[in-house]
Amino acid sequence: MSDAVAGPDQFTGATPDNALRNAERADGPMLAADGRPLKASLARSLRRSKLRALLLIAPLLLFILLTFIAPIADMLFRSVENQIVSETLPRTVIALDKWDGETVPGEPVFLALVGDLNIAVERKAHTRLGSRLNYETTGISSLFRKTGRGVDEIGETAMEQVIGVNALWEEPATWVALMADPDWIEAQAEWAAEETERAEPRFRLNGAVEEALPLSADLYRAFARTIQVEDEDSPTEEEPWPVIYRALVQDLAALGPLPEELAASGVPIASLEEAAGGFLMEDVSAAFLDIDEDWADPEVWGTIEAFSDPYTAGYFLGAIDRQLTPQGIERQPENQRVYGTLFLRTLWMSLLITGSCILLGYPIAWLLANLPVRTANLLMILVLLPFWTSLLVRTSAWKVLLQQQGVINDILVWSGILNDANRLVMINNATGTVIAMTHILLPFMILPLYSVMKTIDPSYLRAAKSLGATNGTAFWRVYFPLSVPGIGAGSILVFILAIGYYITPELVGGTKGVFISNRIAYHISTSLNWGLAAALGSILLALVLLLYWLYDRIVGIDNVKLGG
Amino acid sequence: MALAPYATTGQRIWYYGFRVICGLIFFFLIAPILVIIPLSFNAQDFFTFTPKMLALDPEGYSLKHYRDFFTSNDWQQAMWNSLKIAPAATLISVSLGTLAAIGLSQSHVPFRGAIMAILISPMIVPLIISAAGMYFFYSRIGLQGTYFGVVLAHAALGIPFVIITVTATLIGFDRSLTRAAANLGAGPVRTFFKVQMPLILPGVVSGGLFAFITSFDEVVVVLFVGSAGQTTLPWQMFTGLREQISPTILAVATLLVGISILLLAMLEVLRRRSERLRGLSPS
Repeated sequence: MSDAVAGPDQFTGATPDNALRNAERADGPMLAADGRPLKASLARSLRRSKLRALLLIAPLLLFILLTFIAPIADMLFRSVENQIVSETLPRTVIALDKWDGETVPGEPVFLALVGDLNIAVERKAHTRLGSRLNYETTGISSLFRKTGRGVDEIGETAMEQVIGVNALWEEPATWVALMADPDWIEAQAEWAAEETERAEPRFRLNGAVEEALPLSADLYRAFARTIQVEDEDSPTEEEPWPVIYRALVQDLAALGPLPEELAASGVPIASLEEAAGGFLMEDVSAAFLDIDEDWADPEVWGTIEAFSDPYTAGYFLGAIDRQLTPQGIERQPENQRVYGTLFLRTLWMSLLITGSCILLGYPIAWLLANLPVRTANLLMILVLLPFWTSLLVRTSAWKVLLQQQGVINDILVWSGILNDANRLVMINNATGTVIAMTHILLPFMILPLYSVMKTIDPSYLRAAKSLGATNGTAFWRVYFPLSVPGIGAGSILVFILAIGYYITPELVGGTKGVFISNRIAYHISTSLNWGLAAALGSILLALVLLLYWLYDRIVGIDNVKLGG
Repeated sequence: MALAPYATTGQRIWYYGFRVICGLIFFFLIAPILVIIPLSFNAQDFFTFTPKMLALDPEGYSLKHYRDFFTSNDWQQAMWNSLKIAPAATLISVSLGTLAAIGLSQSHVPFRGAIMAILISPMIVPLIISAAGMYFFYSRIGLQGTYFGVVLAHAALGIPFVIITVTATLIGFDRSLTRAAANLGAGPVRTFFKVQMPLILPGVVSGGLFAFITSFDEVVVVLFVGSAGQTTLPWQMFTGLREQISPTILAVATLLVGISILLLAMLEVLRRRSERLRGLSPS
């Protein structure tokens, strides 16, 4: 203390002396050194230490949540997410609400579809939608592709006739004057004069027009915004799609007397309304059937309707060999049921691998636990070296060993056990996967077994023997039951690791020795059916978490040991 | 364990039989790794021993595949990528992981079980699922196919190992040492670096080694999260094994076995040092 003048009694603040005095003075609750009640003071320090601990953990927790948990959540979300249909074909989905589900839908649905498809083609979204629906009904992908090429011509008859009435309708400016909000026209003109890098103001529709000409106004707005975003073009310079002409004629035919605002807008709409009654109108549905007659197939429409909800169980149904059809949930046809078999095979092979690991691991763990420490440590290196060696090194070693022209077959042929003509096929099938994975996962069995066996007191065995048990009985009745926790821990660990394995089955499994994870990888990178991959992944994840929970109950996650 | 002098013939047979069985299992464990070492010196492009090799004829052996490895652009690029990704990922895992492990080892941590489960989860979730999720999510936020994305993914995978090893070291840490340091006037930061850190350093370093090897060996996640610019050594081996299998892979494998032995030796040294520091007798 710098304040040397002050005697022990003159200190103020939290000193033991002061605390004692305070405690003597007060007849209320016990006080801490600084005069606060002890209870509050302790609670505060506990709160502080909790907060400090959480602050230390927070950065990592945040990091894991962002880089790991969020991706897993994203995958779970993708396994049910299905916004592509309702996002790409919003008008069609609404129009399909009234559809009876059995016949070919009526004109309004087709008209909505032309509009949606025109936008989708502009955004290049129709092929994506096609491949998405193709997972459910084959043939839709090519149907959408084909239709996408012809859809911009639907409505051309109407367009020619409209332009025939007045050539001004060919001018983008006429359309802007009719459709756009006056404020937007002003803002656009200002923007055009500025010559800035900024994007053009987002197109806004004239409210009165929207009310009077609902179909064409809606399509025109979609057209204007799409070309603004996709082509960075301006509606003031682009001629609308033919289907908008078609919609305009239909709107005009349905419209009674022309509202004031429209008549006053300065576009030649009055003359068009007069002429519209006499137009020869093409059938939109006929135009579609002309492009591809599959559009008359109620199944196509059924698929679109069945997957129009933003969330679907379709991927999960697919993952368990079911499918969502317009008639409800059905089993997949016999030849397309793959996932049930694959899940069963994954489980069966993982069990087989776990079983072989127990068989091979138990004697080794027993030997290591019962040898003198020095020898055991030396032999432990033989277990730890494979454990630490790169997975790919071990897999490539097995590939080299198991090949038909590989080392094992060579030795067998050389020693005369095998004829050169019947070399064993040990790779690119289930045998290869089981052998290689048993080797790779064996240390994960030996290490927990060893740490449990280390704790078994050898005097139990001696006691059993002194009571008259034979070696066999002593082992079975005393030692083995005590080592069961180790078997449990090792088995669950090996099993969890085995069912999620990807690399080794991919490299040595051929077609008969692959796991569910290989299928997931295939759907992500080759077939691009991400939803199905996510659903398969979610099922696998649920399985692993269940096992993990069991492991936690039996062993406790805190007891996971690394490398002995 | 030794055989008793009065053992019956049956017991003798069992005793030696058991040792032979164990010997065979040890052989199964170690032989595949050892066998690739001589094969990597094969002068031919074969994956098996040629007659010349069996006759120990020097002509049967060569360093050809090693030369391939050190001169091939693909392999060199892959090695550099691995060496660029693994240390960065390790640094992130170790720094964040050590802090969190210290936090977790405090006496009062709310939701300790839940937090621990979340932090350990990257080790439990099958790699293919982590890879799928990261691929979906990282492509949404533009990290897919970037160096940074791969580093973040690998750091997440390495964290459980750091947490486990460092918390294990902290269990044996005597808390009165920090109190003593505080009593002698050291602030929390100084206490950490001068007292706590040197004592838990072996745990931190071995956690770091685990994190490093996790990233260095990892192939599933990098296959999905990375792009051609992030081809790592395991990735290159994977494509090599799947497509045109070339003996260069065996040379690389041999080098990697050498690295594993080195790491294993380092871990053992660290373990002994840690036990000595904590006053435990070396077992």
